[in-house]
Amino acid sequence: MGRRKLLAIGFAVGSLLGIGLYARRGQEGADERIDLYFADGSLVSLHSDSPEAAPLLVHARDALRAAAS
Amino acid sequence: MTDASVALGELTEISSQVEAAVLFDDKGTVAAATVPDERAARVAASAKALLEQAAQIVGGELTQLEAATGDGSLFVVKDGPRLIAASTSAGPTAGLVFYDLKKCLQASAEPAPKPKPQAAAKPKAAAKPKPKPKPRTTKSKSDGPS
Repeated sequence: MGRRKLLAIGFAVGSLLGIGLYARRGQEGADERIDLYFADGSLVSLHSDSPEAAPLLVHARDALRAAAS
Repeated sequence: MTDASVALGELTEISSQVEAAVLFDDKGTVAAATVPDERAARVAASAKALLEQAAQIVGGELTQLEAATGDGSLFVVKDGPRLIAASTSAGPTAGLVFYDLKKCLQASAEPAPKPKPQAAAKPKAAAKPKPKPKPRTTKSKSDGPS
């Protein structure tokens, strides 16, 4: 009986940790974006889930890696 | 020291958010950087490609951009033929960073103030001729009361 209880608690704790990590990872991805400012003062924001942002984020990561390494 | 180097030095001095910065032109030639040459060239090439590709995708004339990633943010500002790219940690105050980068770009375009030439030693003003002492006139003592 005690062993089952321990297993159940372990399973619950593991599930909670997994959910937390997944949510955090999703949040980090959601923070990725590119804000483009135009000469006329307008702004376009491309989020990481948009197809246009993906190739631009590759260049941005390259530049950040070069600046940091 | 070039004007661009001076401007970058001032930027890193006033902005605590900027970790690395590269000043370059629209051909990708690096004018000054806070990182070694090879890395600066890579930053300039990637930033230039990013700006050009972004302009192609959305159309229109881009003046600045911020690319926010989990590792940090990349800022690129364009002013005519001059560009600056800067990296910051994640979650920077974008408005402040853009302001500092624009100031740096403007400063890099202005010629550095020339050191003032040492003022030529002024010839000493001719000493004023001392007024000639007036000849003392000795009053002959008149017959005073004795």
